[in-house]
Amino acid sequence: MEKKLPTIEIIEKYCKGCHICVEFCPTKVLEMQGFVAAVKNLEACIKCMQCELRCPDFAIKVTP
Amino acid sequence: MAFDYDKYLRPNKLPHIWCPGCGHGIVMKGLIRAIDTLGLEKNNTAIVSGIGCASRLPGYLDFCTLHTAHGRAAAFATGIKMAKPEMNVILVGGDGDGTAIGGNHFIHACRRNINMTYIIMNNNIYGMTGGQFSPCTPTGAKASTTTYGNPDPAFDIAKLAIGAGATFVARGTAYHANQIDKLIVEAVQHKGFSVVEILDDCPTTYGRRNKFKSVIEMMNRLKEVTVPIKAAEKMSPEQLQGKILTGVLFKEERPEYTAEYAKVIERSKGAK
Amino acid sequence: MAKKVAFMQGNEAAAQGALYAGCTFFGGYPITPSTEVAEVMSIELPKINGKFIQMEDEIGAMASIIGASLTGAKVLTSTSGPGLSLKQELIGYACIAETPCVIINVMRGGPSTGMPTGPSQSDVMCAKWGTHGDHAAICLVPASVQELFEETVRAFNLAEKYRMPVMIMPDEIIAHMRERIVFPEPGELEVINRTAPSVPPEQYKPYDTKFGDVPPLAAFGSGYRFHVTGLNKAEDGFPTTKAALVQAEEERQVRKVDANIDDIVTFEEYMLADAEVVIVAFGSTSRSARFAVNEARKAGIKAGMFRIKTFWPFPDKQIKALAGKVKAFITPEMNLGMCTGEVKRCAEGKVPVVGIFRVDGEPINPGQILDKIKEVK
Repeated sequence: MEKKLPTIEIIEKYCKGCHICVEFCPTKVLEMQGFVAAVKNLEACIKCMQCELRCPDFAIKVTP
Repeated sequence: MAFDYDKYLRPNKLPHIWCPGCGHGIVMKGLIRAIDTLGLEKNNTAIVSGIGCASRLPGYLDFCTLHTAHGRAAAFATGIKMAKPEMNVILVGGDGDGTAIGGNHFIHACRRNINMTYIIMNNNIYGMTGGQFSPCTPTGAKASTTTYGNPDPAFDIAKLAIGAGATFVARGTAYHANQIDKLIVEAVQHKGFSVVEILDDCPTTYGRRNKFKSVIEMMNRLKEVTVPIKAAEKMSPEQLQGKILTGVLFKEERPEYTAEYAKVIERSKGAK
Repeated sequence: MAKKVAFMQGNEAAAQGALYAGCTFFGGYPITPSTEVAEVMSIELPKINGKFIQMEDEIGAMASIIGASLTGAKVLTSTSGPGLSLKQELIGYACIAETPCVIINVMRGGPSTGMPTGPSQSDVMCAKWGTHGDHAAICLVPASVQELFEETVRAFNLAEKYRMPVMIMPDEIIAHMRERIVFPEPGELEVINRTAPSVPPEQYKPYDTKFGDVPPLAAFGSGYRFHVTGLNKAEDGFPTTKAALVQAEEERQVRKVDANIDDIVTFEEYMLADAEVVIVAFGSTSRSARFAVNEARKAGIKAGMFRIKTFWPFPDKQIKALAGKVKAFITPEMNLGMCTGEVKRCAEGKVPVVGIFRVDGEPINPGQILDKIKEVK
């Protein structure tokens, strides 16, 4: 069965570029693209939600 | 679906004022999730704060919100709760606001055991004024007013709350984000004065002066230095040296203040 | 039915006045010589399902009443000099957040701990200038037990009508003396309640000037959600640093009193029609002044008294008018010239203003005033 990919929405105007989501993602799904966070490898996402939970800026929405 | 924070946020107030990496935003999200879990009615919930970075939190939330004066949140909130005990009252603020200038109001709210929840964001510093040492700055640490190292010993907020009579005391951290809402839910459900301390080091005015290279390093410190209270039970005093306990640290049942005052009202009616 | 008459202490009468006005919340901290107000409220409020709380300090007491006021309650605190100094922080908060509340400050000697059981009239400037920043002030200075009751009712009316803190400042003599008091029947004195919002919650703004200089204040828990802050705020209650908004809001908060001075200022004119020497007095000192005026009249001196009942806003208009007619003002007061300075300002140099000052914990006696009348006539 094909794995259903989550959607990770990054609201760029809220992102303050703190790196928390990138650094603490256990499967390195995210990266910094310039000042803001971006999705690099969605396939690796294990839907742990830690990036959304730890984003202080309401800038990440993960729909598993 | 992703959790819908917008449902509880006032429109057009984001981005918030907090610096990149500041944990206050993580705490605010935890509080929102807790409110959602608890199903608190917006019209019947007051969120009260003092002054400082953390105290800006109520302005973002779509409830009855009161941004009071420095240190006074607990006293204003006590007035609200006494006048309308049916309202849910949640206090938010920082360590300096709550334990220095607001220390007296804090300990007496604990003593009365009035049914409110106080979320103290402990970032070890006065952030908004640029990083002066607070009662929670570790001894020896650098702040803008302790250039040669902080000579003051620090408060343990949880012990202070327990000693003063709070009947529910918990501690979490910004790193352990998924625990924050659970602690707040339990605190609000507890009948009495509940205190939830959330450690969220200030990256801008504390970290920078104390050789933390980044907020990531500060978050990692929170991970390394803390021990869940359940795990601590199995650890030796040596292993616990320098560790900070997290989780529900204290819980007891004791008469709640507004309920006791309701009895005063009853007794007064029998009086001449 | 005959009216209820009692022999009552001033502080007790103030508490009764608060209850008459519909006060349902008292937050206080014990301090001489005001404590009886708190004691009576602690006994009476629970009987009417009201709330009394003794807070941990004076600031906490002030905070608690502002919090309670935001839930829609009519609220009171009582204090005296040192407590007033502490309360100033949050009196300023009540000013900027435009939260109705009443503060009874019984004037004792100062500064600092001063003379806790001695009378003074030295807090009247503190009523106006005690908290920092520009703000309006209303301060009432009753001169009898009956008037302390009635002025307490009026203080609540003004607080609710103008959405601001209102102070009543009896000196210790008025607060602790016992006199005959005739209680007004319910409905006999006007009781003003807060204006509730006329718009639905989604349109409500706590400082909406569409409704004039005193916008309606909703209550927490009544279906209206709004934000209250001590920062300079815009009409929606949220902080702002926009210059034009801050300027307009600050000016409005002062204007709401300035534009209604005739509604607020009260005074008594005693034998002023032909008076050449006019005593300007307030509180217990006015009782000595009345006696002195009577004695002076017996001696053929055209003396009279202008009794200040509302110290702030100051009765500028009335004193200015008198200054054009009389030969001299005499200003007896239990401080070192606070009212005197205001009268001098209003007299604009047209006539001499001669003070009689006592700060030794003793009242100014009629003889002192009579001597001064004879000296300046």
